[in-house]
Parts: sequence; C-alpha cells; structure tokens
Amino acid sequence: MTHIGSYEQRLKNFNWGIAEKELEYQPGNVINIGWYCSDRICQMGKGNKPALIWEGMGGKGKTFTYNDVRLNSNTIGHFLRGLGIQPEDRVCLFMDKIPELYLGFLGVLKIGAIAQPLFSAFGDESLFVRLENAQTRAIITQKKHAPKVRKIIDKMPFLEFIIIVDHDPAKPLGLREISFDLGNTPKVDVFEIHPTTAESPSVLHYTSGTTGQPKGVKHVHYSLISQYLTSKWVLDLQDDDIYWCTADPGWVTGTSYGIIGAFSNGVTQCVLDSGFSADAWYRFIEKNRITMWYSAPTAIRSLMKAGEEIVKKYDLSCLRHLASVGEPLNSEAVIWSEKVFGIPFYDTYWQTETGSIMISNYPGMKVKPGSMGKPFPGIEATVVHPETYEPFAEPGKVGLIAIKPGWPAMMRTYWSNEEAFKSKFKNGWYLPGDRSSIDGEGYFWFVGRDDDVINTGGHLVSPFEVESALLEHPAVAESAVVAKPDFVNMEVVKAFVALKPGFTPSQELDLEIMNFVRKKLSPLAMPQEIEFVDSLPKTRSGKIMRRILKAKEWGEEIGDTSTLEDD
Amino acid sequence: MEEMKEIVRDYVIQEYVEDDTEVNFDTPLISGGIVDSFSMVSLKRFLENKYKISIPDDKATPEAFDSVHKIVDLVNDFLK
Repeated sequence: MTHIGSYEQRLKNFNWGIAEKELEYQPGNVINIGWYCSDRICQMGKGNKPALIWEGMGGKGKTFTYNDVRLNSNTIGHFLRGLGIQPEDRVCLFMDKIPELYLGFLGVLKIGAIAQPLFSAFGDESLFVRLENAQTRAIITQKKHAPKVRKIIDKMPFLEFIIIVDHDPAKPLGLREISFDLGNTPKVDVFEIHPTTAESPSVLHYTSGTTGQPKGVKHVHYSLISQYLTSKWVLDLQDDDIYWCTADPGWVTGTSYGIIGAFSNGVTQCVLDSGFSADAWYRFIEKNRITMWYSAPTAIRSLMKAGEEIVKKYDLSCLRHLASVGEPLNSEAVIWSEKVFGIPFYDTYWQTETGSIMISNYPGMKVKPGSMGKPFPGIEATVVHPETYEPFAEPGKVGLIAIKPGWPAMMRTYWSNEEAFKSKFKNGWYLPGDRSSIDGEGYFWFVGRDDDVINTGGHLVSPFEVESALLEHPAVAESAVVAKPDFVNMEVVKAFVALKPGFTPSQELDLEIMNFVRKKLSPLAMPQEIEFVDSLPKTRSGKIMRRILKAKEWGEEIGDTSTLEDD
Repeated sequence: MEEMKEIVRDYVIQEYVEDDTEVNFDTPLISGGIVDSFSMVSLKRFLENKYKISIPDDKATPEAFDSVHKIVDLVNDFLK
C-alpha cells in the first residue's frame, strides 16, 4: 500500500495540516529541523534504528543509528556554540559526502544558525562569491579542501573560523583554522536546542541565474512540512525502506531529500561517497538491499551507456520504487528502467527556490514516459502566457510554468537581494523560469528553460559566471557561453572565445583555459568545448547575442537578427 | 611506458590534487573521487594533445580512467 493512495482523493481532501498533525506540530510552536530529524525519532522509540549507512572511498563504511545522529549533531552544535556562533549566523558546510556533512548540517540547525552547504568541488572563486554574499562566519571543511579557503582568506575578514574535521596533528594549522575531530570528541547527550519557529531561517542554498552573481536562496524551518510530506507521498518512504538519494548536499536535493526528508520520516538512508561507476553503484544497491532510489537523469543515462549486461551481474530485486530529479527525464530512460529494473523511474520536478517537489509522478498513478507528471496536492500549478502571465485556457499550449505561492518550503527571499526575489513573481504567480505545456489529462510536459542558464547534469550554471571567469584569463578578449546538447548531461558548457592580440588558438591554450575555469569555478562550469572565433555576434548596442550561438549548437532557427550589428 | 606513467601521474597531481594526497599508479582516480566525471574531459584532452591521439567518447569511460595504469593502457591502445 502506497502512502499517497489515490492521487485524486488526496487532491480533494488536502491541506498542509495533514503533515503538521503527523509531526505533532501546532502553528506558533517551536519547530527545529535538527530536532525533528534526530531527537524526535529517538523519542518515537527508534533510537537504535540505523539512520545513516555511509560508505566512503575504498569501501570503508560506518553506520549511525538515530541515537548516534542525535548525539553527534548535539556535539557539533555544542562545539559551534562554544565558539560563539549565534542564531542566524551562517555556517558553511564545505565537505565531500562524509558523515560530518550530514551530522554537521543538523548540528548547525539545532543551534539556530543557518546551514550554508556548498558543493565541495567548487573552486576558490565560486567559494568566495558565495561566502562573501552570505558574510559567512564559520566554515566546516576537510584538509583536502582547506587550500581553496586559504587562497581567499585574506579577502574574507568576516570568516572567523575555519573548522577542519580531519586535521593531521603533525601539521600546523593555518590562519583562523581550528581542528575538530568529531570521532574523538566526547558526545553531548543533553543539549538545549534553539527554539526556532516556523519562519526562522534554516538553510541557504546558492543558485545561478543568467545575470549577476549566484543568489542565496533562503529557506526556513517550516519547510520541513513540505519536505516531510513529499518524501512520504512522492518517494513513498516506508518505515522498512532502505533509501538512497544520490544527490550531494551541496545542492538542494541533497538536503531536502538527502537529509531532511528521510530523517524526518525515520527512514534508514545510505550514502556513497565515491566517484561514479556503474559497477560501484549496482554493487552498493545490492550490498545494502536498497529499496527506494532517488537519482538524476544524468546518472541514469550514464548507467544506460554502461549497458544492460553489467546489470545482470547484480541482484537488484530489492528495488521497489525509483524516482528522478534535476532535469527532464527523457522517455527512453523511463522505458529503459522498466526493461532492466522491472520498474520505471518516476520523474519529479522542483528547484532550489521551491524547496520541495512541485510536480511529480506518483506511485500508483499512470506514468506517461517523458512527462513531468501532475502538481503535488496543495500545489496550484499551471502554464501561463509569457507576456500576459495569464493561464492558458486550452491544453497543449507552451508557456511558462507558474505556481501559486504559499507552500511551506517556498523560499522566503534571496539573501540580500529582495529585488531579484520580487522579480520572480508575476500576476500573483511564482515563475520558476521553465517552459512547458499541459496535456488534456493534466500532465505537464517540460520544454526547456526560459533563460540562458545551463542545466548540466541537473546543476544550473550561469553563463555570466563562466564568461566573467574567462575574461580573467590573460589570453581572452571576450567570450560567450552557451549550452551545448549532450547525451549524458543533457547540456554541457560551450564557450566561444575571441583572443587578445598576440595570442593564437592552439590545443594547449584550449586545455589551459578549460583548466583555468575548472579551478576557479568548478568542474561543472568548465567548458567542455571551446571554439575560438574572431568576433562574437552582438547587437548594435554591443550586447553579445548568445541566442544566435545557442541556436547554432542546437540546430535551431536563428530567429530575428534585425538588431545584429553589421560586420 | 614508465615515462608515460610518470607524466600522467604528475599531470593528475598538478591539476586535480589540492592537498598532499598521494597518487600512485594504482590509486583510484574516478571511483576515488580525485577526478570527477566533468574533469575527465580535461584529462582526456591532455592525453589527446600530448600523445597526438583521439580517444573516442565510448572508450573514455570512468573505468578506463580509473588509475594511471589503466589510462596508460588506454593511451597505448591508440598509439599502436
């Protein structure tokens, strides 16, 4: 029996009070995600139940019960409080998928501070702009990532504490660095959790837009209500499930559904902290008898690429329910998963700003391969005209996805950028920036982004950020960055580069520029292809026309070129 | 062969290792998280430039790039 039961019935009877009641939350009371994800589960008598089954590089592993999660998150919270970290201070978590990331996230929330998880592959420039914007007071990291912080420490007087969780005592600590070895720190059993309320800020995730610097998406503790219920109804998390969310908590899926969703439901979840390989992933599923698997189209297509023979080497009969997020799941991937696993991947649609799943396919509901599904009960979503922002009356029209604001996990603002936040709303609708249509049965069909943001492997990359980084390379005069189609990642970054006088295109320069961007921003932002050009198409006012370059990459019509500057 | 191993290992250390992590010829690079799938593209480009070869995408798999030894074997396949 699935948790959601009949989707149609749920639509009729829905209100968010269902989740509030199950979580025994009364409006106006204290609500702290850290407590709900550990202490509450222990109070329900599940303290000895495995909460986190972790496997790292080289197969080393560790299992934490819910009581272990409670004690360890208390201990981290106690340590941070001892440093003087105050409620609403920003604490960055800059780690690989090691246990300290998951436990630290909850520890930060328990003291009322704001957790700012950042993808550990970010380069120093990406790290700096996000820490500076948030005026982050402390960062928890590993010795392998500390050099990136050291490179920019002089520019960050606000960053008082650099906490290294695996410091080698034989080596000296750098400026403002502190060693914190969780394994060898006495555990704190009795801990006063900060009495956060519904609108207390909880998490700050950064997301990229077409223009400007990345924006900090501010969420609050009340987001738990949506994250708990969508985990239960969409991912269908059952008490005896072994759940694996493959997302990195540096991105929103990794926190909303890789920490909060599973733990608040008291479910056992697995984490694999190693690089991707089909063998490693299938072995991990088989070994841990994973029943519910939440992954991404890029990973699914990488598995498709590895072939069907490899699947036969493993017993994957444990898998009960599969779901996907991050980018549109193509119908071929749905059909492939039905063929090789015997069950389809259920696509889910949402984004950093929405905090929880908005549109989805549900267990028990007919899946139309390639469709995003239907809005979650309580979510009013439609497709609006791109100029009038009025919903289309008839099905099949392509327009902008629009969602009526007001669900619990909706972002509250962009950090220090209220203007950008307000610009996301038109005619009473929140616009995620994606285009789609709705068919006659109410299923949404994704068409594409409504801007130039590149969705690579389910992660958004700002062309502006990459172009800015390229301009810092001594050989680059100007550049334009667009999405290029890619089988595995859906899109990858392609850069058109005009060189300064004195520089000539070469294979060596091409590689040098790629690595320059990779180290400065991240591997995701590294152009997978660089095309050297003499000049870039511009409007008469001098603005680079990315859409012309993108249309060429995608084999599409170039469209109106009347504003193009003359050669 | 030995020289190629040294060159590839030194390049991996120079480009992908931020701290003092040791990399030997058998250290897992992709499954060990030293080189991610996006960065693999730049490593492939380096090998193609350095050894004047072209590695088809279907041969540039995470498994084939998972250690210096495996990379050298792959490069040698295309040098023949």
